Amino acid sequence: MAYKMPAQKYSGQIQEVTIGSDLKLGGESVLPFYSFDGDMGNKPVIGMEIWDIIPESWPEGVLNTFKDVADDPVKWAKYCEEKYNPDFICIKFEGANPDGLDKSPEECAEVAKKLAENVKVPLVIAGCQNNEKNAKVFTKVAEALPDKNYVFLSAVESNYKEVGAAVGMAYGNIVAAESSVDLNLAKQLNILVTQLGIKPEKMVMDPGCAAVGYGFEYVVTTMDRIRLAALQQSDTTLQIPMILPVSFESWKVKESIAPEEEMPEWGSQEDRGIAMEISTAVGVLGSGANAVILRHPRSVEVVRNFISEMTE
Amino acid sequence: MALNGMQIYKLLPRKNCKECGFPTCLAFAMKLAQGGTEAEKCPYMSDEAKAQLAEATAPPMRTVKFGTNDLEYSLGGETVLFRHEKTFVNRPRFAVMFSDTMSPEEIEKKIKNINAVNYTRINEEMYVEIAAFRCESQDKDTFISLIKKVTEKCSKVVPMVITDNPEIATAAVSECADKGPILFGANEQNHDAMVNLAKENKLLLGVTADGKEKLYELVEKIQKAGYRELLLDAGSRNLKGAFDDMVNIRRTALLSGDRTFGYPTVAFVCDMAQDKMMQLACASLFVEKYASIIVLSDIDYSLALPLFALRQNIFTDPQRPMRIEQGVYKIGTADEESPLLVTVDFALTYFIVSGEVERSKVPSWILIPDAGGYSVLTAWAAGKFNAKSIAKAVKEFEVENKIKTRELIIPGKVAVLKADIEDELPGWKVIVGAEEAAALPNFLKNYQQAAS
Ligand code: SF4
Repeated sequence: MAYKMPAQKYSGQIQEVTIGSDLKLGGESVLPFYSFDGDMGNKPVIGMEIWDIIPESWPEGVLNTFKDVADDPVKWAKYCEEKYNPDFICIKFEGANPDGLDKSPEECAEVAKKLAENVKVPLVIAGCQNNEKNAKVFTKVAEALPDKNYVFLSAVESNYKEVGAAVGMAYGNIVAAESSVDLNLAKQLNILVTQLGIKPEKMVMDPGCAAVGYGFEYVVTTMDRIRLAALQQSDTTLQIPMILPVSFESWKVKESIAPEEEMPEWGSQEDRGIAMEISTAVGVLGSGANAVILRHPRSVEVVRNFISEMTE
Repeated sequence: MALNGMQIYKLLPRKNCKECGFPTCLAFAMKLAQGGTEAEKCPYMSDEAKAQLAEATAPPMRTVKFGTNDLEYSLGGETVLFRHEKTFVNRPRFAVMFSDTMSPEEIEKKIKNINAVNYTRINEEMYVEIAAFRCESQDKDTFISLIKKVTEKCSKVVPMVITDNPEIATAAVSECADKGPILFGANEQNHDAMVNLAKENKLLLGVTADGKEKLYELVEKIQKAGYRELLLDAGSRNLKGAFDDMVNIRRTALLSGDRTFGYPTVAFVCDMAQDKMMQLACASLFVEKYASIIVLSDIDYSLALPLFALRQNIFTDPQRPMRIEQGVYKIGTADEESPLLVTVDFALTYFIVSGEVERSKVPSWILIPDAGGYSVLTAWAAGKFNAKSIAKAVKEFEVENKIKTRELIIPGKVAVLKADIEDELPGWKVIVGAEEAAALPNFLKNYQQAAS
């Protein structure tokens, strides 16, 4: 008997979303990297994370790479863009944190505006830990940068109305709906966001991220189920490209932050951090991420290489 | 191929004697087709019918073994393509590749690295399980002395003998037969001799061919020769091709129900990239989908920490929460003056909490009572995380002898427990901590400042 390949054909397709003027996400009608089954759509993209303040909490291994530019987000973004060629820049307004520097939404909007003027690639605007504050920051930033198709990371259950109304409806940018590692919550939030009047082509979703080893199975399973529902059952509420802020998680776990003096047998702290970031990124890409956010240039290089090998 | 109820019915004696516990043969056949009972329950079936049934009801993917005694491992036996459908059962095993043309320094370095990576993560011992040996010298003695050297120095590895020369294979296998080695590989030319060698020594046999079509034909031949302890390799040595092989071999077994590909697969990541981090990327993908042996060029902690952790996550039974051992955990350089927090024994919660405590740079202790392996609110709602279980842990782990503080920080979400705990633990004061783990660093910093 001759061998027969068991192709799987799906009726559903992931929505294509354009970030900025021409960075396209999604469009696939097969499981991640299943080129043997059909159309893989646009290849996954990589963004680099920068902060509006000096990221003192970053482990040395990654902070050192940016030490000459980290005091100025524009300098930092340009440095990344010129040197490492990311598909987008993710500016995280950590300085807005009310428990920290508590920068005003106007200050953040000023920074975002300068970035938009100086950087060619599109921006992903990320907030701090305080969702209430984020809604205010996002509103001001979106107002300063209308119709740019920038992604705002993110709208959560407690602030989606405000974020959706400003970012998506009033100022024509893209809303990222963030849920916490649960298919039903993700679906529900997507529905709520669309009910505000936001079109699916103006949405992405962050189903919740974790680093490998830290409940990562929930991330994989949630993403697998989201993709299967989108493709197999043509669930339009879940046919939204996924963006995963890998670096937000992978650089805060023990493997990435423990200094060498503390764990001499573990070897280079920088290598460990990079490795956790790469493994987490590949893990979510293998489960359907359309965009990942990374910190370390070495991770960007390797993950890009991985994506090209899988898609070309 | 699986049989349906009617096909099974035709194999039965049709006596309707009820001895199987079913009213009729047909009822029994229907149940058997669904996997709801066992063929042995009918005492009147012919041997021939039994054999046919065994074949038809066998799992779609075979479970095979390698190694011996404490170092024996199972591969394969998977029944689903996604872990949420049921669970993945046999985790992939990691190998480091040696060649008998490598310099002695390189060999020594790898031996040292293999021995250095050995640690425990959530009750699981993590180390490289396999040393793969590629015979490139075509010299029997050189090859055997390499195997000898490495297996003597790395006591835990099971050898994987890689050669297409049956004569060299025979000598190498007899050298390490007591370790239950993997024999790789049987190919189009040598399969008769290799199958015999594997049969004689009851070895897991790696089968290799150039492409899935050729591999399929070769496996058919080997199955006809009566050997089914197999490990498959469809020959791709680039990432994209190997991913295609892993996914489609697995889907052929589980979706098409074709047992010719119902065996585990091996991914030679060492041949797909030179760069260590690129190997890590490839290996991470294959842990998710769907390799059973992953061969790396080398190992160190930067590779092991993410890979073993990812594997541990992916192969967790989704029906059963992962629990962390109860006890008092020291975070950072905590001493007897450091603060004490309590949380639940659900591994994910513990990891998040301990991660945030670490990030706070405030050396602390975390007490883990028996909370049923649930998250904070679930454990509290189920009555598993309460004043009694917390007080019991304080006593059981002799917290009062180890730590001077008499303040216990509890998760903000269970603030209601404060009074109860203080009743159970005379002399203690309960501090209500952060509601979310992410707020812990700030909370601890303030807590520490207030104390000093
Ligand atoms: S024991 Fe066998 S013969 Fe008797 S009823 Fe059951 S299936 Fe039929």
